[in-house]
Amino acid sequence: MSTVTTPTTSAPAKRYAGKKPPRSADPERASWRWGLLTWVLTLLFFAPVGWMVLTSLHQEVDAATNPPSIFAPLSFDNYLSVFDRGAGVYLLNSLMASVISTVLVLLLAVPAAYALSIRKVEKWTDAMFFFLSTKFLPPIAGLLPIYLIVKQAGMLDNIYTLVILYTAMNMPIAVWMMQSFLAEIPSEVLEAAQVDGAGFLRTMWSIVTPMISPGLAATALICFIFSWNEFMFAVNLTATVSATAPVFLVGFISSQGLFLAKLCAASTLVSLPVLIAGFAAQDKLVRGLSLGAVK
Amino acid sequence: MTTTAQPEAPEASAPPAPPARRLSSRERWSRRGPLLPALIFTIVVTQLPFLLTIAISTLNWNVLRPGDKNFLGMGNFTSFAGLDNYVTVFTDSRLRDAVVNTIVLTTSVVVISMLLGLLLAVLLDRKFLGRGLARTLLIAPFLVMPVASALLWKHALYNPDYGLFNGVLNWLWQLFGAEEGPVIDYVSGTPMAAVVAALVWQWTPFMMLILLAGLQSQPTDILEAARLDRASGFQIFRFITLPHLRRYIELSVLLGTIYVLQTFDAIFTITQGGPGSATTNLPYEIYLTMFRKYEYGEAAAAGVVVVIGTIVVATFALRVISSLFEEEHR
Repeated sequence: MSTVTTPTTSAPAKRYAGKKPPRSADPERASWRWGLLTWVLTLLFFAPVGWMVLTSLHQEVDAATNPPSIFAPLSFDNYLSVFDRGAGVYLLNSLMASVISTVLVLLLAVPAAYALSIRKVEKWTDAMFFFLSTKFLPPIAGLLPIYLIVKQAGMLDNIYTLVILYTAMNMPIAVWMMQSFLAEIPSEVLEAAQVDGAGFLRTMWSIVTPMISPGLAATALICFIFSWNEFMFAVNLTATVSATAPVFLVGFISSQGLFLAKLCAASTLVSLPVLIAGFAAQDKLVRGLSLGAVK
Repeated sequence: MTTTAQPEAPEASAPPAPPARRLSSRERWSRRGPLLPALIFTIVVTQLPFLLTIAISTLNWNVLRPGDKNFLGMGNFTSFAGLDNYVTVFTDSRLRDAVVNTIVLTTSVVVISMLLGLLLAVLLDRKFLGRGLARTLLIAPFLVMPVASALLWKHALYNPDYGLFNGVLNWLWQLFGAEEGPVIDYVSGTPMAAVVAALVWQWTPFMMLILLAGLQSQPTDILEAARLDRASGFQIFRFITLPHLRRYIELSVLLGTIYVLQTFDAIFTITQGGPGSATTNLPYEIYLTMFRKYEYGEAAAAGVVVVIGTIVVATFALRVISSLFEEEHR
């Protein structure tokens, strides 16, 4: 269920009040036929993911039959052989690049969002739109100078190169999301804290932090998703030491023998963290994807 | 991080209050303090490379034929080219093909996934059994790692011998007594359509989520009034929902365009830009120019062209976002 708050709601207290009950549909319109159609389309849409997971549990010979053998016996052997091929190192690299860059982006973006919402700098909208505009620059156009700089600095095939790039890549999303969460804190709450004699740090720690922690978690998950999935910089700037999961995946296909089931196992494995993170953050996903424009 | 406890002003206005008076210089800087690290980091990491891209785009620089002039210690180029590289970008047939492919790919992916996303959003906006689960399942294609989903489409679905598509066709044909189903080679036969289909599958959930949020932000009283006035479902959709959704549709199309314009994973994985250059889009062509032909000057010029193209689209996107943004901060 989504918990979308209407943009027309003006009272911030009401907006912050939590989940809004779903809009009651007209009973006549909520006929089962539409529900059935929706489910058919949903299952068709989901089928490739389902097929990937199912194939990953099949033996290679069963995965390569035509017509497909849906009811072949299941096992986790393919996952074991994916780890035998060294997936662990790549997953660890991905984890490092994503987690460190997510922590870094939050450390930079939360104070920035504070200066753009609660205690605003002058021309704060200009700063907001500057951050946003960097998201629109195609990364491929920066690849060449970045490659040359990184090469000169001796940081090719270094996980921290990816960390820096992913931090910059996620900065606009983090700033916009955190700004929108901080702006939702009613100013009366902060004023009341001040009247009660709470200092800056105390206000931050005991009032602001609990109120924004769901937003903070959602922002972190979305930054994690984008870093984890990034491919273009990873494939061009890393080699053997710091290559991440997507680089592992494209190098996975061997020309000899059957590989489909193992490939599906590897694909499922590398997608699993993001599927979990995405489902956990799905109520806030749209806010991250639209860079805060849609709540 | 600056941690100013109180503004110095005697009236002791609380920090969240909007700055009504001219702020003192010290106050201004203490407000800027928390913003600066993020701002400086972003400028250094995102803007600096683009300035270098512009500089490199004016050079004759091929790594295989190094010249005697040094570029900031990063390598040697032959000579200054002025705007020659830009002339090449617009006259070279490969690059022109890449421009056309980019437009075809981006337009078809964005339009088709927007329409599918709208259909799914409208269907999901009504109550039915298992609605939350259906929504979760529909998001999955967007969450599968793009490289994984490209490999999945290429090998598990499109493969002519054991892919799911031909497998299902074969199964259906055999069901109706035929000896064997058709063997279609999707990736070689219709490469562009193959890439588009995989990307549409990936981007439809994105469109659906934005449009669903738009649908759910509709004021319910107007919809109820329309129903009381015996407006048909189609009339309500056409005259109330669609105008309300307009900005959400614009937003999803513009953001989708900006993201799909940058497509690299799917081309790299499914077709490698082939056969020939049938599916080479600009990002992939820039990649080839850079790391296969080693023509740094040309690659940089093509990069600048992509940036300019993106800026045109982004200007419209920024306008839509700022109108949504201002409505909320009025």
